[in-house]
Amino acid sequence: MSDQKSLDIKALGDSAILIKLGEGIHPSVHQQVKNLSFLLDEFPFDGFIESVPAYNSLAVYYSPYLVHQSTHGFQTDGTPLEKVIHYINTLADQISDLPVTEGRVVDIPVLYGGTFGPDLHIVAETHNLSIDEVIEIHTTPEYLVYMIGFAPGFPFLGGLDERIATPRKLTPRTSIPPGSVGIAGKQTGVYPLETPGGWQIIGRTPTDLFVPELSPPSLLQSGDKITFYPITQQQYDEQKKVKSCQ
Amino acid sequence: MSINVLNAGLLTTIQDIGRTGSQKFGVLVSGAMDSYSMRIANLLVGNDEREGVFEITLFGTMLQFEEDTLIAITGGDLQTTIDGIPVANWRPVIIKKGSILKFGFAIEGCRAYLAIAGGIDIPVVMGSKSTYLVAGIGGFKGRALQQNDHLSFGQLTKSNDKVFTRIEQQGTPDWAVPHHPFISLASTQTIRIMEGTEYQHFDGASKQRLVSEPYVVTPQSNRMGLRLEGQALSLTEKLELLSEGVTFGTIQIPPNGKPIILMADRQTAGGYPKIGQVITADLGSLSQVKPNAKLTFKLITHAEAERELIAKEERINQIKIGIQQKLQ
Repeated sequence: MSDQKSLDIKALGDSAILIKLGEGIHPSVHQQVKNLSFLLDEFPFDGFIESVPAYNSLAVYYSPYLVHQSTHGFQTDGTPLEKVIHYINTLADQISDLPVTEGRVVDIPVLYGGTFGPDLHIVAETHNLSIDEVIEIHTTPEYLVYMIGFAPGFPFLGGLDERIATPRKLTPRTSIPPGSVGIAGKQTGVYPLETPGGWQIIGRTPTDLFVPELSPPSLLQSGDKITFYPITQQQYDEQKKVKSCQ
Repeated sequence: MSINVLNAGLLTTIQDIGRTGSQKFGVLVSGAMDSYSMRIANLLVGNDEREGVFEITLFGTMLQFEEDTLIAITGGDLQTTIDGIPVANWRPVIIKKGSILKFGFAIEGCRAYLAIAGGIDIPVVMGSKSTYLVAGIGGFKGRALQQNDHLSFGQLTKSNDKVFTRIEQQGTPDWAVPHHPFISLASTQTIRIMEGTEYQHFDGASKQRLVSEPYVVTPQSNRMGLRLEGQALSLTEKLELLSEGVTFGTIQIPPNGKPIILMADRQTAGGYPKIGQVITADLGSLSQVKPNAKLTFKLITHAEAERELIAKEERINQIKIGIQQKLQ
């Protein structure tokens, strides 16, 4: 940002800010979110706690007390908020200089339909498609992971084909098993843990999306790309078995 | 074994300052609801202020100690007794081997904090000992305490030893940390807020109601959020928000117009409009309100909120210095 334009920064209370880097859901806006998050991790200010990327915004959590006490790294006197905003605007001047980073591509196997995907036929019927067509449409795109949230390891994905966008269930299920792959409107995603939920469940993956013992605990991260591919019951069982032996 | 849970009570979990650094993986911060009480409990026994403590909710918890230990209880007044004798909060106390610590019903506040010298010997998961109930992570086996659980204490540090020896020689001190500068335990509360990120999108009448009408904390409230009953609040026009970061004390307004204040176990992101934000300095008091309590909100500026927070941190520093001086 050579024109020194200030970022759109709003206070999220006295200990966090929300930085908006654009409108809507676009890979280019998300790239800016990722770049700023990367810069903050590389060049944290005194009192920085963590940053959390979302679709077009970055939340930055910090300790105002440590910012208040800090005597270096900040160019201005002023309130903790003023010091943080100044620091981030200076840092953000470098955003556009960063190379575009390519996230990892993660392939996720899915056993579609049957008892593991009880709503697959609803998606097919809603759009007058065959089951195989729905599976093909769902496994074609490369989805971008915009954010992880709602539950540990739960990916918010962009890129679902409108032809299979399907409204949520009118009555949410009280419990959705881990690994369930679902569709809600123009979103698709995978439930890492058992939770209640209203998404249309079209299949299940044997892949673990959240393992607290691992570092990082989440298989997916903001900026990763994922594809789904169909597997058979036998392949599902084998992958589950391999995991239980590990 | 060092402690035996005779009765877990309504909800007793282990909490510390919270699990930060993993929100980008969807991992909740958790941590003590009233972190001022939690931090002071730790300081009173010579622990690091961020150490894990027991968070005891409303009533019923009974613990038997299997060796002599130094403890401190802060937060709400749950009419605590040791072997039937009332025990004073907000000061270090020695509890003898075999004694039973019992929490009665909360007469003031909602949550008590029990710190034990040396801390609690449980694994640190993603940088924290806090119990993350929904995911079953952290704390004691990822869950609330149950009857017959056995928990061990950590090793005493020099600082723990110093307090322990001092109290052993001189008995329960005649001083205590006053809680008033940090939290209020009153049954009706005025909670200070600042404008939320979508404040300007609410209509004038709603902005007015927010700071003039009382709101009642419903029994559906928990560690995740306080659900409030009162005048509904509405936007000037419908807002389509994408999910974005939220934090402890964020007041969001779902479509029914009834405020929800996000608390320690909040999700990492939310998509409802945020009308306000409770100032950090008042989160401890807010965490001490019981169901059916009445809240009134008072709007202050961001700079005032920062000054309040800094003033409380400086008071905590004074406590640290004060305790050190008493031990010399």
